[in-house]
Amino acid sequence: MSAAPLSAMALGLAACEVCGLLSRPPAGGAAAHCPRCGERLHFRRPASFERTWALVIAALILYIPANLLPVLKTYTPLGARTDTILQGVVELWSPTSWPLAIVVFVASITIPLGKLIALAYLLITVQRGSLKSNVQRVRLYRMVKFIGRWSMLDVFVDTFIVALIQLKPLMWVEPGLGVVFFAGVVVLTMVAVNSFDPRLIWDLSQQEP
Amino acid sequence: MSHVSGFASRLLACPDCDLLQRLPPVRVGAVACCARCHSPLWRHKADSLDRTLALSLAAAVLLLIANTVPMLGLSVAGRETFTTVFGGVLAMWRDGQNEVAMLVLFTALIAPALEVGCLLTVVLALRQPPAPPWVGTLLRGYELVREWSMIEIMLLGVLVALIKIAELATVIPGLALFVLGTLVFLLAAMAAVFDPHEAWERIEWVHPGSAPADPGAVAIPQVRR
Repeated sequence: MSAAPLSAMALGLAACEVCGLLSRPPAGGAAAHCPRCGERLHFRRPASFERTWALVIAALILYIPANLLPVLKTYTPLGARTDTILQGVVELWSPTSWPLAIVVFVASITIPLGKLIALAYLLITVQRGSLKSNVQRVRLYRMVKFIGRWSMLDVFVDTFIVALIQLKPLMWVEPGLGVVFFAGVVVLTMVAVNSFDPRLIWDLSQQEP
Repeated sequence: MSHVSGFASRLLACPDCDLLQRLPPVRVGAVACCARCHSPLWRHKADSLDRTLALSLAAAVLLLIANTVPMLGLSVAGRETFTTVFGGVLAMWRDGQNEVAMLVLFTALIAPALEVGCLLTVVLALRQPPAPPWVGTLLRGYELVREWSMIEIMLLGVLVALIKIAELATVIPGLALFVLGTLVFLLAAMAAVFDPHEAWERIEWVHPGSAPADPGAVAIPQVRR
């Protein structure tokens, strides 16, 4: 039971990211593939910091038009009206449907921003060589990965409102440009989470005696 | 074929912190968690492949129904409109939001269909081990697409849309809405009973070769009920 806690990498073993098989890539840095499933073998996800930073910054830029531009345009005989994501939440707020308004607010505004802040925090602490609260940081990463998909909610809401309210010339709804930017934020943050390698959090403590 | 480095040797690395560990005996229903970062490593699931087969078969049937019958209707001043999931995609496409239409098409239709289709084929093929390497390719596809299969999120989105519209017009819930509701639970159950480790153990290796030497004493995961 007195086994020293060693990472697979420290022993020269790479765990396949697809099937989990441990194997020893040949020395010399030639491209190695998992003998069981054929996936490219890496000790750590390639260029994890660079890719994740690039995706986080791109998502942060798209987050601005996603929230400022309208996602829905409603046409009635009385005129046209546009709604941004936040206006959609406010409109949903009523004595009976306020719980749903909170869900939409959390999914569309809090989760994407929280995800970007969490990833930036993980990147900065790992790059500065922090050794503190590793367990909490891995837990944060798992939570971000698990909850992140739910920010797609507003894209689906807008899609089905547009599909249903088609009663020309009485009333109809068209999607606004904001929904494209918002969908971009969701996709980029999901890819960013996958390009970050949580094992990097532990690599520094591995070198400790 | 040597399996020294495989799961049969009960040796594995934590996907979240890379700690090398050897699995102790795990009772059915219990889960082994990483000794260092507490990520769940492996849950001992009873009868995994048979249960997955039953659930994925049911999910395939429901998925077919959910996408062919109307999901939501709207009635205002004597006029009615109906839509399916695919109707939502078409509406976005028609209004020039092609990227969003493709994203909805993928996350609400293609990814769930691939998720169920791949897994169903995999568990069927695994009934006679060792399964050929193409089964591994399908299993890889299943793992890749799972995160993008968003039926449960779409259903919540439909619910929000329904409540927003209810102020303006009478909403008629369609059969597909109830089928999708059942499907959400079925897909969750399907993922919960499936054990990818057991599946990989039954698939032929792409490059059968020598396995690396066993490193001997390594950390032991914690087992939780």
